[in-house]
Amino acid sequence: MKIKSLDQLKKIREESMGRVNLRHGEAKGDFIEILVGMGTCGISSGARETLNAFVKEIEKEKLENVKVVSVGCIGYCHSEPTVQVNIPGHKPVFYGNITEDKVSSIVKSHIIKGEVVKASTINISHERA
Amino acid sequence: MARERTNVLVCAGTGCLASESEKVAKNLELIIKARGYSDEVKVVKTGCFGFCEQGPIVKIDPDNIFYVRVGPKDAKDIVDEHIVKGRKIDRLLFREPDMDEAVDKHEDMSFYKKQLRIALKNCGLINPEDIYEYIALGGYEALGKALTSMTPDAVVKEVKESGLRGRGGGGFPTGVKWEIAKEQDSNVKFMVCNADEGDPGAFMDRSILEGDPHSVVEAMAIGGYAIGADKGLVYIRAEYPLAIARLKNALSQARELGLLGEKIFGSDFSFDIDIKLGAGAFVCGEETALLNSCEGKRGEPNFKPPFPAHKGYWGHPTCVNNVETFANIPAIINRGAKWFSSIGTEKSNGTKVFALAGKVNNVGLVEVPMGITLREIIFDIGGGIPKGKKFKAVQTGGPSGGVITEKDLDTPIDYDSLLAKGSMMGSGGMIVMDEDDNMVNIAKFYLEFTMDEACGKCAPGKIGTKRIYELLNKITSGNATMADLDSIKQLSYMVKDSSLCGLCQTAPNPVISTMKHFWNEYLDFIKDADKTKEEEKSKVKNKAVIDA
Repeated sequence: MKIKSLDQLKKIREESMGRVNLRHGEAKGDFIEILVGMGTCGISSGARETLNAFVKEIEKEKLENVKVVSVGCIGYCHSEPTVQVNIPGHKPVFYGNITEDKVSSIVKSHIIKGEVVKASTINISHERA
Repeated sequence: MARERTNVLVCAGTGCLASESEKVAKNLELIIKARGYSDEVKVVKTGCFGFCEQGPIVKIDPDNIFYVRVGPKDAKDIVDEHIVKGRKIDRLLFREPDMDEAVDKHEDMSFYKKQLRIALKNCGLINPEDIYEYIALGGYEALGKALTSMTPDAVVKEVKESGLRGRGGGGFPTGVKWEIAKEQDSNVKFMVCNADEGDPGAFMDRSILEGDPHSVVEAMAIGGYAIGADKGLVYIRAEYPLAIARLKNALSQARELGLLGEKIFGSDFSFDIDIKLGAGAFVCGEETALLNSCEGKRGEPNFKPPFPAHKGYWGHPTCVNNVETFANIPAIINRGAKWFSSIGTEKSNGTKVFALAGKVNNVGLVEVPMGITLREIIFDIGGGIPKGKKFKAVQTGGPSGGVITEKDLDTPIDYDSLLAKGSMMGSGGMIVMDEDDNMVNIAKFYLEFTMDEACGKCAPGKIGTKRIYELLNKITSGNATMADLDSIKQLSYMVKDSSLCGLCQTAPNPVISTMKHFWNEYLDFIKDADKTKEEEKSKVKNKAVIDA
């Protein structure tokens, strides 16, 4: 296909965003981070599916500057899969038992509107050295 | 199919490829497939990250974790630990020299902290073989903007006002060059890209073409529109096979999308680009020699005037710009002259890419705003001198430049300040020397290079560089006298003043500048010569006594 106008180029740009939106370019600024615990206990309770559901949901909602990162076990094996949401300037929020089906509500309410889904949070009382 | 959640970026620049990054990428792909993660995780081969000392580089996004010195055997751990279980691999993280703590994000490394990337912005970020990744980051929008909403005059004005100067070394204002070419009354004009990077130790042009070839293609089309040329040429040395392959691929992708060819963006402007391979002669970086070589003649310079802008390729008005110069153009058109000219110093705007090499911890490619000091580049970005040795000097401008010593390290770098210190910007090679290096030998090394590369057209260049080299050889072998030092000085200025082109006019610079700053090191050889002669004399005397 030949590009015949600037609008056509911009449309191709839109369609191509998926190829690079995971990259960490320099001018992107602050990110909202969604950390999914991927220890053995997390994986066995479905963390991989949870993580992929977040990626899918974020794409569906066309959210920019949100990244989903897999991290190690945080020690709350009784509540796996665990998810931590870091919004710049806010205290981290921890969620427990986040199976695939709960992902959509966290994205819609917490990430988009800034309202924590209280029913799914867990209290983390440990300090990091 | 599941959405991709992770990109594994593997450096596929020439440096990292030489240390098996191709195998790293292949192993990563195989193991990711074996573990059943192919749908979620993509391996992307990118251009150079710049941190060549620590290659092969592997970066995991969006996690933004930077792994260094990754070997093919490390692929298994990266997949099984990092990708599957979300655990960082400590042993592959970077550690600053003399520090124990690992740094996992590149922006926290002193090597990257002071850098500002305009020409290299996509290198190490995108797959250079995929035009859609370039477009996704705003690629070809500058060309679209120029063709649909700017007149050629407006483009020239924007580039002129940005203050961009030639990055190949000369520092001539790019906008002025374009203006002169534009004003020529001719139906046939050419836009030429000089990719004949010949300065030993410089590899910024190669890295740009390998890592972000579309930026050069886009800029050449913008330049063609500005000056009224419908044909572009890239003159590139055959020793850069990877850059050539990626450039060829970029050209065919651009043609496929109609970004090169007839009536681009629906305008009346048509443009296409050919590649001319050079055999790798240093002199062909000089624009008239380059054009002679393009025409199939010997790569020898012509006397200027006429300048190429008046009478260039096959006698037609021709504008010759360097790769790095072009790589700045799309950003200038997109973000404006005002933004660009706010970076750098008063007379040198924007950034400059330097190839940092020699006795320095962090060897690699760095892009910094003009006006940064040499001390910041060598000690902050470069991490200082290895093994706790003492800094002695830095050669900028390659074989055409000179040495800069400790006392001038705090000078803000731009075209003019480097000239004032007896060196030059050149294409941006920066070779650091420590206390163990002998400066006469350094000068000899550069003269051997220029002597070999002098094309032979003018006598001062052809004979002069050879005689200077012979005298340097005489000095280092301990046979020279004070009279030889006088001759070499005189000869150096003679070659500088009377050679035909820039190559030999600047060839004596390493000698002149090392004589100025390290006169004692020259004298050391002479003293030795005197001593050995005395010894020889006394030997002869003794022999005479014995014989008698």
